Amino acid sequence: MIEKALKGNSNYWMWLAFLTAFIAVGAICYLRQFFLGMYLTGMGRDLSWGLYISQFTFLVGVAAGGLMLVLPYYVHNYKVFGRITILGEFLAIGALVMCLMFIMADIGQPLRGLNMILHPTPNSMLFWDMCVLLGYLGLNVICGWVILTAERKQVKPPKWVYIFVYISIPFAVSIHTVTAMLYCGLPGRHFWLSAITAPRFLASAFAAGPALIVIACLIMKRVAHFDAGKEAINKLTTIIMYAALINAFFVCMEFFVGYYSNIPGHMHSLQYLFFGLEHNGHVYNNLVPFMWSSVLLCFGGLGLFAYMKIANVYSDLMVGVGCAAVFIALWLDKGLGFVMGGLVVNPLEEIVEYYPTANEIGITLGIWATGFLLVTVLYKIAVGVEHEVEA
Amino acid sequence: MDKQRRKFLKIAGVTALAGLSAPAVIKLTSSPALASSETPGEAAGHAAPAEAHGAEGHGAEQAAHTGVRLGMLIDMRKLYGRPDLMDKATAACHKVHNVPHIENKKNEIKWLWHAPFENVFPEHSSYHESKVTAENDFMVLCNHCDEPPCVRVCPTKATFRDEKTGIVAMDFHRCIGCRFCMMGCPYGARSFNWMDPRPYIKEYNADFPTRMRGVVEKCNFCGERLALGQEPACVEAVKEVGAFVFGDLNDPNSEIRQRLDQDHTIQRKPSLGTKPSVFYIV
Repeated sequence: MIEKALKGNSNYWMWLAFLTAFIAVGAICYLRQFFLGMYLTGMGRDLSWGLYISQFTFLVGVAAGGLMLVLPYYVHNYKVFGRITILGEFLAIGALVMCLMFIMADIGQPLRGLNMILHPTPNSMLFWDMCVLLGYLGLNVICGWVILTAERKQVKPPKWVYIFVYISIPFAVSIHTVTAMLYCGLPGRHFWLSAITAPRFLASAFAAGPALIVIACLIMKRVAHFDAGKEAINKLTTIIMYAALINAFFVCMEFFVGYYSNIPGHMHSLQYLFFGLEHNGHVYNNLVPFMWSSVLLCFGGLGLFAYMKIANVYSDLMVGVGCAAVFIALWLDKGLGFVMGGLVVNPLEEIVEYYPTANEIGITLGIWATGFLLVTVLYKIAVGVEHEVEA
Repeated sequence: MDKQRRKFLKIAGVTALAGLSAPAVIKLTSSPALASSETPGEAAGHAAPAEAHGAEGHGAEQAAHTGVRLGMLIDMRKLYGRPDLMDKATAACHKVHNVPHIENKKNEIKWLWHAPFENVFPEHSSYHESKVTAENDFMVLCNHCDEPPCVRVCPTKATFRDEKTGIVAMDFHRCIGCRFCMMGCPYGARSFNWMDPRPYIKEYNADFPTRMRGVVEKCNFCGERLALGQEPACVEAVKEVGAFVFGDLNDPNSEIRQRLDQDHTIQRKPSLGTKPSVFYIV
């Protein structure tokens, strides 16, 4: 089936070339980091996790978001998602590959990475995260490929693959739960030490993942004659709305707990993220514009969807804008604010702000481009098979 | 033919999978995983301080049963107005352990340093603090917790609590540099080698390893000096005022226990349940 990715029009190749340029820059930046050291990043003694880990966290969510297609289709037999379920699985593959690349970019001794397996440590959440991420990656590769192969041959998928499909459902939940557990079990990190972290991660994941899939569907409708169907898109926007609302609700609860209890540690990060944190006469507020953009985009997107549902109008453009707004909002919230907000006050209650360096951003963009390239190729294959079957 | 090939591939796949997962399974099921994975050199290094402190030179075996838990008492009263002494202790520590001197605050490495009260004890009120508290810095180092969160989160057991001494130690050769321990530590005791530390070592001490970049390091309670029957470097450096008292917290006859019985002491962030082994008289 891979040959389907090797045939495309000039736009397809232009897009791949565009992504490859970013990958090349990212690769050079990574080589610099590999040979010179991680001082090339903006991370430091006080802020020792940064852009890499926050992207990782966000992308685990994108990977888990595919669940919102798999679950209705396979468990509730919701046939409308039949054409796009494969997109959820392939998106998960791309997102997980990005996750693993971000982890490798983040660790100081990448060549020792196998120590995770050679010295397995069940009390470390990172060990379990590795297990569930690799497991979920494997499950999606198996399910996606087998089901697509069956579709191409126009036969029913073999029965055994459904075992993996059903296992992948709790796995999708587990990847993001365990990723949240990396954060929410650490003493002394007040912003993260919240039982609502994992549910909040899941809620934002179930909005961000489908939002990206909808955007991909709209693009493919224009460039690849692949129509997911209006009903499927509409249903997805409903799912995105609910998930994003639940996420917003959880954020509000964090605000309530922090501000009503009036415990400084529980307010610091929220204050830093949304209003600016005053310390020794200096106000630290780097992320304030980002967080308020996140709020505006999230409610803007939700408002747009609500208008579409109430006025009963539909346009691809509105759906696309709404999904992009929600996706960017959630990226700002989880891909920036969560990690950096949680770390801005160090254990000695000094305030250190984070400025990613150009080299670090180069690597980050390179990894995102790699993921997009992988997803493009996988989607090209999936769409190619659909066209072949239809023809 | 095709069927046979398929069968072969299936069997080969299952076998490969089993082979790959076998080491993990074996590791997980063998109980003394930690002890067995230590190199002989390290094991000896850890056993020795236990001997040095198990009063009558008990073997390592007995020391483990009696449960030595090394701790430190910092009598800040003896350091008030003497930042020079605190710097001396830091300098001694950093020299003995080849800690690089990196000016840039972002990349710096520190094992033992001093900071204002409000930073060292953020859980204690510094509202209307006394003149002495406001004007003096307080020593900061790894607490060698009895329930260390850094050990709990480390994915490779590169940092571990030595059962024979209670020291929370590091295996620099196993650390993958994920910095999860730095996230887990609520005391900010750990530093990561963002750059190659070796050019920044002022005076090289051949008796202690230097580190490479990409690994985490911190105070080790001078485990290597204890093994030779010496005191920790910081204790020795300010011996003239006796600001640091070092010993076995589980031994009721040890000096540190007698001092703890005498004076009221405080600990850093006791509410987190980490059970620090470093005590302060302020």
